[in-house]
Amino acid sequence: MIMESTDMTEGRTGPHRNLSVPLARLGYAAALLVLLAATSGLEGYDLFLASSILSYAISAMGLNVLMGYNGQISLGHGAFFAIGAYTAAICIDRFAVPFTLTPVIAGIVGMGAGWLIGKPALRLEGVYLALATFGLAIATPTVLRSDLFAEWTGGVQGLFLGIEPAPEWMGLDLDQSIYLTVVAYFGLFAFLTLRLVQGLNGKAWIATRDNPIAARAMGFDVTRAKTRAFVFSVLACSVGGALQAVAVQFVAPDSFPFFLSIALFTAVVVGGLCSPLLGPLLGAAFIVLVPNVTEEIWQGGSWAVYGGVIIGVIAIQSRGLAGIMTGITSWVRDRITGQTTTRYERK
Amino acid sequence: MTFFLEQLIIGLSSGGIYAIMALALVMIYKSTGHVNLAQGEMAVFSTFIAWTLVQTGMPLWPAILLTVAVSFVGAIVLERVVVRPFAEADDLVVVAVFVGLFLSIHSLAGAIWNYEVKPFPSAFSDGSVSLMVDLSIRTHTLGSLVTTGAVLTAVWIFFRYTQLGLALRAAADNRESSRLVGINVSLMLALGWGLAAGIGAVAGVMIAPVTFLDPGMGLAPLIFALAGALLGGITSPFGAALGGLIVGVLEAMISAYVPYGIEFRELIALMLILSVLLVRPAGLFGEIVARRV
Amino acid sequence: MLKSTTALALGLVLASAAMAADYDKGASDDEIKFGTIVPLSGPASAYGSTGTCIAAYFDMVNDRGGINGRTVTVSVQDDGYNPAKMLEQARRLVEREGVLFIAGNIGTPTNSAIHRYMNQRKVPHLFLTTGASKWDDPESYPWTMPFIPSYAAEGRIYARYIKETMPDSMIGILYQNDDFGRDYLDAFVAELSDESMVAAAVSYDTSTATIESQMSTLKDSGADVFFNIASPKFAAQAIRRAGEIGWDTTQFLVSVANAKSAVLEPAGLAYATGIISTQYLKEPTNPAYAEDADVAAWKEFQSTYFPKGSDGNWWDWSCYATAYTIEHILTQAGDVLTHENLMKLASNLEEFEAPMLLPGIAITTSPEDFAPIEAMSLMKFDGENWALFGDVIAVD
Repeated sequence: MIMESTDMTEGRTGPHRNLSVPLARLGYAAALLVLLAATSGLEGYDLFLASSILSYAISAMGLNVLMGYNGQISLGHGAFFAIGAYTAAICIDRFAVPFTLTPVIAGIVGMGAGWLIGKPALRLEGVYLALATFGLAIATPTVLRSDLFAEWTGGVQGLFLGIEPAPEWMGLDLDQSIYLTVVAYFGLFAFLTLRLVQGLNGKAWIATRDNPIAARAMGFDVTRAKTRAFVFSVLACSVGGALQAVAVQFVAPDSFPFFLSIALFTAVVVGGLCSPLLGPLLGAAFIVLVPNVTEEIWQGGSWAVYGGVIIGVIAIQSRGLAGIMTGITSWVRDRITGQTTTRYERK
Repeated sequence: MTFFLEQLIIGLSSGGIYAIMALALVMIYKSTGHVNLAQGEMAVFSTFIAWTLVQTGMPLWPAILLTVAVSFVGAIVLERVVVRPFAEADDLVVVAVFVGLFLSIHSLAGAIWNYEVKPFPSAFSDGSVSLMVDLSIRTHTLGSLVTTGAVLTAVWIFFRYTQLGLALRAAADNRESSRLVGINVSLMLALGWGLAAGIGAVAGVMIAPVTFLDPGMGLAPLIFALAGALLGGITSPFGAALGGLIVGVLEAMISAYVPYGIEFRELIALMLILSVLLVRPAGLFGEIVARRV
Repeated sequence: MLKSTTALALGLVLASAAMAADYDKGASDDEIKFGTIVPLSGPASAYGSTGTCIAAYFDMVNDRGGINGRTVTVSVQDDGYNPAKMLEQARRLVEREGVLFIAGNIGTPTNSAIHRYMNQRKVPHLFLTTGASKWDDPESYPWTMPFIPSYAAEGRIYARYIKETMPDSMIGILYQNDDFGRDYLDAFVAELSDESMVAAAVSYDTSTATIESQMSTLKDSGADVFFNIASPKFAAQAIRRAGEIGWDTTQFLVSVANAKSAVLEPAGLAYATGIISTQYLKEPTNPAYAEDADVAAWKEFQSTYFPKGSDGNWWDWSCYATAYTIEHILTQAGDVLTHENLMKLASNLEEFEAPMLLPGIAITTSPEDFAPIEAMSLMKFDGENWALFGDVIAVD
C-alpha cells in the first residue's frame, strides 16, 4: 500500500514553476476578472450553474489538498459539505444572518466538527480512513432526518433559505448577487490553497505523503501536517456546502446522499490530483455537466456511460483533466515556439 | 431470552451475508492490494445472471455454478481490459476506477433487468428450522453460514497451503521481487479478480433470497462487509469472516436494545468498529504490514 | 358613453385574444414543449419510469396527429432524486429549453426545492407524483398542483377504519424514515387520537439491507395490527418476514407499495392474504378489469409505445392517467397556450374522468382546491387478487 509516487512529483510541484511568479499572478488576476465579467454576460440559469460549479470547486480544492498533496483517501467529505449547508440554512432561517456571511460561520462550525472527527480518525490510514469517512457519508442523511435535531434542521422536510438580493443601488439581481458572493469565496480559497501548497505546509504534506517516516526524521510533525490538511479540506467543504445551499436556497437530507461524497472524490481525481486550482475547477464542472451529457447519450443507463467517461479520462491521463489541459497547452506552446520544454518523464 | 436469541439469529443471518462478501474483499485485497468498491455491484450483476439462467428453466445449483464460472471469466476480462492500464497508477486513481466501475455496473444492471425487486430462490430450502417455541432459524441462514464456512476454509487453505495462493500474495505484496522469482504477476492479478468475483457471485446468491434481487442490493452488504473485514483484519480470511458476523450481530443488538438504536445503528456500529481500530489498527486478526522506508 | 366604449373596446380585445393564438414560451403554431423531471439514475431509479411513460404517451398523441395540430415535445430530465439537481434541471427546462410547463415530477424533497422557484417564475408545476399535503396550497403557491391523493389523507383512512372496526387493537408500525414515511405516520397517529393504541413504531432507512430486527421488535411489542409504511422493496420484505416469524396480524399496506407483481408476489401471496390497502386506480393485472376499456387501452399503449412499462408496477400506470389529464388540458387550451390559461384549466376540472381511475372516482379541482383526486377505495387481498370493499371514501 505504499504509494509509488515518484512519477507524480512533476505535477505536484506544479506546472507553474515554468512561469515566472509575476506572470502567474497576472494569469490568476485575469481569470478572476473573467469570472467577474461573467456576472453581466450570463443569464440566470448559467449564473446558477456557474455558482454551483464554483462551490463544488471550492470543496474540491480543499479535498485535493487532503488527497492529492497529503495522500489521504476520503470518501466522506459530503458530510462536511452537508454540515456547511445546514449551518448556512440554520443561520438564515433562525438568525437572519446575511447570506454573504454564512460561509464564514459554516467554515468555523465545519472546522470544529472536522477537528473533532479528524483527531481520532486520522490515526487511521489508507483504506481504513476511507471507510471511516465513508461511514460518515452513509450516516449523514440519517442523522439529518432524525427527530433529535428536527427543530433546527427541519427534519425530513428540510429548510428553505430566504435570501435577499444585494441592496438596490448595486443593481444586481438575486442570481448575480449569489454568483458574485461565490466568486469572492472562490477567489479567497484559490489564494489560500496556493499559499498553503506552495509554502512550508505544502512541503510537509508532500513529505508526509511520500514517506512519513523520512518526513518525521527530517523534523516534520507528521500528525500535525495531516491534521492541518484534514481541517483545511473540511473548511473548504463546509464553505462549498454553504454556498451551494445558498445557490439552491433549499436543503433537505436527500441533498446529501453518500453519492455526493463519491462525486466530490471523483471531482478531485478526474479534475487532476495536485493541480491546485485548475484541477478542482475542471473536476467540479465535470461532475455537474457531464451527467447531463451522458443522460442525453443513454437515458436510463446514464451512469453506465458516466462511469465509463470517468475511467476514460484517467486512462488518458492519470492526472485527470488538468493533466490533459497542461499537456495540450505545452504541446501547443512547443509548436509555436518551436522548442521542446524539458519535462520530467515517468520512470 | 427468546427475544435475545431471536436478535442473535437475525444478526447471524445478516452477518453471514456480510461475512461471505467480506471474504470476496479479502480475496481481492490479498491478491491486488486494493479494496474494490465495485465488488458489491459485481456480485449483484452475477446474481442477475443466475436469476436469468433460472428464468430460462435451468435448475438452481447448476445455474449458480455456471454463474460463478461466468463471473470468474468476466472479472478476468474486466481486469485485463479496464483495470490493467492502471496497474502502476496512484492509489487514488485506482479508487476512482472502482468508482467508475461501481456506477457503470450498477446502471447496466438497472438498464438490463430494471429496478423492480425480484424474488430469488434459496439454494437450500425456503423453510425454516424450529429451535424452540417461538424461535426458528431459516434453513437458508443455516445454509449460508455453512457456505461461508466452506468458502472461508477454501480461501484459507488456498492462501496458506497452495503454491498459487502464495504466489498471489507475493504478487500483491511486492511486485518487483515477485517478478524476479519468476511469478507471473500479471496473471496473478487477473486471477485474484476472477476468484474474488467468483466468491462475490456466491455472496450474491446468498444475499438475494433474503433481501430480494434488485440493482441496489449490493450496497449495504458491501459497506458492512467492508466494516467487518476491517474489524477482523482484511489480511485474514478468518478475521474478516468473523468480523462480518460480529457486525451483523452488533447491528441487530443495537437496533433491539440501544435507545435510538434503529435510527442510528449504522453510525453506532461504525463508531464501535473505529474505536476498535484505533486500538488495533490492523483489525482484530490482521497482520500489521511492515513499512518500507 | 365613454364607459360603454371602453367596455366595447375591452370586449373586442378579449374576443380577439380568444381568436388569435396566444403563446407563452414553449408553445407555437406547431409545437408544445413541456418537461418532466424524474430520477433516472441513483437509488430511486425504480420510480423513473413515470417520466419515460409520459414521454411515450405523447409519442402516441403525436402519432395520432398531435394536439390541435401541434406536436408535443416532452423533455425528460434526470434529477437522481437530489433536490439540488432538481433545481438545476428545472431551471434548465424553464430558462434554457423554454418549456411551457413542467409536469409529472416525482418526489417530495426534490419538488420542494423548486416549489418557490416555479411560483416566482409563474410557470405551471403540475400533477406531481408525490403525496405530501403541502402541494395543495393555491393561496401561497398558485402554480403548483399535485396529482395523487395525499399520503396523510390515506393514513387517516386506515386510522378511521381501525377505530371503527377494531377499536381495541394494538398497532405496530414500520415506517420509512423520510418525508414519505413521516407523512403517513403523523397523520395516522393524529387521527387515531389515542396514542396508546400504538404499541410500537419503528423506522428503517433505505440504506439498510434487511428489516428483520425491526420486525422482531414489532412482534415483541404484542401488536395485533401491522401498518406497513414502506417502499416496495421493504414492504415486500416486511410482509414475508411477518409471515416467516408467525406474527399474525391484520396488515395495512400503503398504496404506493401495493402492486401485486412488484410487492406481493415477491413476498409470497400466502403471506399477503388478508392485507388491507387502498386504491384509486384500476390494476391492469386484476381479472376484475379484464373487460375494462381503460385497461385494454392501457395495454395497447404499453405494448406499442411503452414496452419497458410493467403492468404490475403502480408507477407505470398511474402516470398514464397523469399524461391523459395533461393531454386533456392542452386540448382544452386550444390556441391559448399560456401559463395562466393552463393553470386556469387545471384548476377548473369538474368530474373529469381520467382513464384508469376507479369507477366513482373523478378529478375535480377549483381555484381553492388543488387536490385532483380526493377519493379512494379500501381493498383486501384475497390470496389471488385485490378485491375492493365498502364505498368509495372521500378523503380530506
